[in-house]
Amino acid sequence: MGGVGRYIVQRLLLTIPMLLILLTLIFLILRVMPGDPVLAMLGGRNVSPELIEEYRHRMGVDRPIHVQYGEYLGSIIRGDFGKSFRTYKPVLTELFLRFPATLELAVFGLLFAGLFGFTTGVLAATRADRPIDHAVRFFHIGSFAMPLFWLGLMLQVIFAVKLGWFPVASRLGGRIAFTFESITGFYLLDSLIGGNTEVIADVARHLVLPAITLGFAQAGLLGRMSRASMLEVLDADYVTTARAKGLQERVVILAHALRNALIPIITVFGLQFAILMGGAVLTETVFSWPGVASFLVRSIEARDWPAIQGSVVFIAIFISVINLIVDVLYSVIDPRVRY
Amino acid sequence: MVRGLIQLLDWVVRKVSRSRHALHRQTILKIGLVTVLLFIVMTGLTQIGGLTPYHTTKYRDAPRLQGPSARHLMGTDQLHRDVFSRVISGGKASIIVAFGAVALSMTVGSILGWISGFVGGLLDRVFSLTMDAIYSFPSMILAISLVAMFGAGIGPMIWAVGFVYIPTYFRVTRAEVLQVRETTYVEAIRAVGASNTRIVLRHVAPNTVNAIMAVSSFNLADAILTVAALSFLGFGLPPPAPDWGFDIQNGQKYLQSGSWWLITFPGLMIIALSLGFGLIGEGISDLVNPKRKRKRV
Repeated sequence: MGGVGRYIVQRLLLTIPMLLILLTLIFLILRVMPGDPVLAMLGGRNVSPELIEEYRHRMGVDRPIHVQYGEYLGSIIRGDFGKSFRTYKPVLTELFLRFPATLELAVFGLLFAGLFGFTTGVLAATRADRPIDHAVRFFHIGSFAMPLFWLGLMLQVIFAVKLGWFPVASRLGGRIAFTFESITGFYLLDSLIGGNTEVIADVARHLVLPAITLGFAQAGLLGRMSRASMLEVLDADYVTTARAKGLQERVVILAHALRNALIPIITVFGLQFAILMGGAVLTETVFSWPGVASFLVRSIEARDWPAIQGSVVFIAIFISVINLIVDVLYSVIDPRVRY
Repeated sequence: MVRGLIQLLDWVVRKVSRSRHALHRQTILKIGLVTVLLFIVMTGLTQIGGLTPYHTTKYRDAPRLQGPSARHLMGTDQLHRDVFSRVISGGKASIIVAFGAVALSMTVGSILGWISGFVGGLLDRVFSLTMDAIYSFPSMILAISLVAMFGAGIGPMIWAVGFVYIPTYFRVTRAEVLQVRETTYVEAIRAVGASNTRIVLRHVAPNTVNAIMAVSSFNLADAILTVAALSFLGFGLPPPAPDWGFDIQNGQKYLQSGSWWLITFPGLMIIALSLGFGLIGEGISDLVNPKRKRKRV
């Protein structure tokens, strides 16, 4: 088996204990820490002890903790996440229904972050210490201090309410939502398959503001890293050589520096996914985006315990898988990395 | 000869630009410190001293949902209250929770990091894996789940936000311990018979202070945003207490009708305070890490 193949297997084996620890932590946090899920669910009002007992039994929290833990792991392996108290449907069904929305938003958020971050970072690095560099760096630092939900709301005020360029929220316009039929759950893909330009435009217009909101914080981080990486590359001997050969500065940057500066950026790109999921909670809430993250928030508000636990576990598994893919991709992209 | 001259010139230019940068960075540190201090003083005066133009909750005589004017600098909300008064006193929860959470995670994370790095072996591996697991999980989602478990309010928020940052301190201190453990001076004092506790407290801990200071400034900046987000989602102070995150959530309902002032001003306060902590972090990082300065990250 080749180096990469062996690495994939090794990495896969390492993912299992990581995931197990994560699942155990979630179990401990949600079941063992102070705070009774049953009381929380029943709202802590004047409920009869009999009712509390009944719910305890129904949720299985009256059994010994190790039995609960075994059942918890077993049900996850079986893919049984329980039924939502709120919608009476299996939690996993609810999550799969919403997952494409989250993924679609995350992909476009990351795309915006990558394009915007990398462009501004390279721009700043190639004009180091000039006004444009200072402006870009101030913007990068400032972006860390930006509350995502506030940014989303401001974009809504300016571009949706005042200017009317984009819709305020949701994934589809009212009229189109009536006739729209989703095949994959990824609306942009669906609309492209359908081929109706009006629908495509509507779906795309609904994506713009949420994607910018979600990608904004990442744009700052990626921009900063791009700038640092580019500065380092511009200092390298082979760039000096290229310049000494008499190549135009444009050629030096585009053909020699840019590609090498990209390598470290791609690594962090994948690691951003975890942070991105956190940002999705706020973005989806602000834009009424029917994704996994907003489902979690709704579930917490409704004290829908199986749904809360299911969503958190689902996100944990998703992140582990993404991290695995990124690590493997990295070994493929950068030929110097040999495991 | 020419090459030597160029090198000399290059060296001079670098020297000059580096010191200029050091100075420039000091300014950043100062701006950050002043901003944060201003916010603390402002919150103290308005919250404890009650120094606001109008009462934040009891004053109900303003016209409803009116834009900024000379009488009400930041407009009024749907309950006839003065937005400016609420905005300047709305940082209490953010500041208390941010400092509380960072203190909590710093203490727990550092101690665990020292122990893990020093003891090593299986314990270290289990600790590290656990911390990596927490770290890999989206901190915002973790904080929300914890607050859902603990309940709303300042106390639960400190626990929830603090828990999320533990791995950061764990990583920093553990890495430092692993490095310091191998140095000759630690070997020397160990040979003299110093106990492990003494080595950690007297020789390892002081070495981690710089890194921890920079990390905690960035964490404070992040904590301000997390607290604001928790309040925005409704897990913060119970109404009618003035709070930036909650006031933004409240303003969201009147956004479609164009009442932009309800969300704009609390948001700007969050940005300013978080930026203040961020700038302190930038400043400290450059002071303690001269390599970073040269790379001009």
